[in-house]
Amino acid sequence: MNYEFGLYVFMLSAFLGFELIRKVSPLLHTPLMSLTNAISAISVVGAIMISGEKDVPNLSRILGFIAIVSATTNLVSGYMITDRMLKMFKKREPSGK
Amino acid sequence: MSVYQFLYILAAAGFILALKWMSSPATARRGVLAGELGMLAAVVGTLIRAEIFNYEWIAVGIVLGAMIGAPIAIYTPTTGVPQRTAISQACGALASALIGTAEYYKLHPHGFIMGALIVETLLGFVTVTASIMAWGKLQEVLPGRPMVYKGQFFINMAVLAAAIGMGVFLILNPEQSQLYPVFVVLALTFGVFLIMPIGGADMPTVIALLNSYAGLSACAMGFALDNKLLIIAGALDGSSGLILSIIMCKAMNRSFANVLFGGFGQVQAAAAGGAEARPVRSATAEEAAQILEMASSVVIVPGYGMAVAQAQHKIRELADALTKKGVDVKFAIHPVAGRMPGHMNVLLAEADVSYDKLIEMDDINPEMANTDVVLIVGANDIVNPAAETDPSSPIAGMPILAAYKARTVMVIKRSMGVGFAGIDNDLYYRPNTLMLFGDAKAFTTSLVKELAAAG
Repeated sequence: MNYEFGLYVFMLSAFLGFELIRKVSPLLHTPLMSLTNAISAISVVGAIMISGEKDVPNLSRILGFIAIVSATTNLVSGYMITDRMLKMFKKREPSGK
Repeated sequence: MSVYQFLYILAAAGFILALKWMSSPATARRGVLAGELGMLAAVVGTLIRAEIFNYEWIAVGIVLGAMIGAPIAIYTPTTGVPQRTAISQACGALASALIGTAEYYKLHPHGFIMGALIVETLLGFVTVTASIMAWGKLQEVLPGRPMVYKGQFFINMAVLAAAIGMGVFLILNPEQSQLYPVFVVLALTFGVFLIMPIGGADMPTVIALLNSYAGLSACAMGFALDNKLLIIAGALDGSSGLILSIIMCKAMNRSFANVLFGGFGQVQAAAAGGAEARPVRSATAEEAAQILEMASSVVIVPGYGMAVAQAQHKIRELADALTKKGVDVKFAIHPVAGRMPGHMNVLLAEADVSYDKLIEMDDINPEMANTDVVLIVGANDIVNPAAETDPSSPIAGMPILAAYKARTVMVIKRSMGVGFAGIDNDLYYRPNTLMLFGDAKAFTTSLVKELAAAG
């Protein structure tokens, strides 16, 4: 019964997610959202599978291709902008100012 | 266990570490790296799977996506980050929905897998149009005010019920593929209707919630494809979006239902019309600069108006000038200030404000009574004392920044217009309040000049 195992994985990850996110400082909520937005581009895995497999109907292959493009857009812009924002968070030492 | 399965486990660990390291600004960039490596492991792992034969389409797709994504990340201004998140979410959800559709036409699945596919595509297609609508409102292509009409709630519920009903029918009769497009159209329509009654300032909650939907859609895909990595990553995203939207709702003392179906800021606007004109005290830049200079502690309260006026750099100059004169300057950040959770922090970080000066509401409020001057820039409802004093106010019970407790309150504002909630702000009429009329950026510039002239 594979689905049962999948549901356990889901349940544990959801609780882990709650615990991890609760500890994130509100200071970083915007980069956090960009980061989780980038992680949701994990659907690129499914997109690669559907576009790369043998004997896929043409319609599915076209849909898979569009899915790769949009998931990669999501992925690349998500990670890059998160890093760009985090680079801006600096702590300036109060020395001499 | 084959190599790809091992890479998938590494990828899951990478995503978990990414979220863990986001807990503090000191480790957050390491977190992004962990997330990127996790994604790399996931993609490489998938590419080396034995089922993959056709690499041309994949390569072209990835290059194309990177070519679209990279410029978006590089050129989006920090004020536009909420819009970017919305449109990026639309892309992710579109991918998820299309994969589900492709799987449906390829596998003609039954039972549990069909159920997972329907959940995946329903959440996916709803999130696509809802995110595009949210983008439109944030980008001001669409009106930011809620679009409401009589019976809207029932029409929305009917469309949702029809979409779910069609989904259930397809799960029971998967071979009825001519009905699948109807299901898609219903889901897309519900996405549009869902966002129509929601106003621009409620977008922090909505974006967080849509983030959650996109994650859950990926999660359902994991069940359909029997892929644990998708289940883990999707569940992490799903819980993250849900937590953030709960935080946003709490920060406005409103329920999910109220945000999603409220049409907030529409009805109240009419009710506020009866208030008579009351006298206010205003001051020039010169007078305000003198008061700021004499203060020993100043708290700056930024709001969405600061973002609109692009005043964050000037505000930082002002803070620097005051710090040089020995004034203790801090920033008070309300959880729902801006158009996205934590939006103000990013804007001020961009302007090079040290992040230890950005103080959360619960930490700064006890200090307000001992603060000489609170300077409010482009914020309104989040400092409205009616939330605490007037039980009949639409924002009653909403936690506010207790700016009114400070010895002097200064408000930079274009005019006496009302805020998003459409209600008057009693703070402006208090004897210790000075209104500084003008554009946030222009007025701050003249404040900086006056301080420099005073030497």
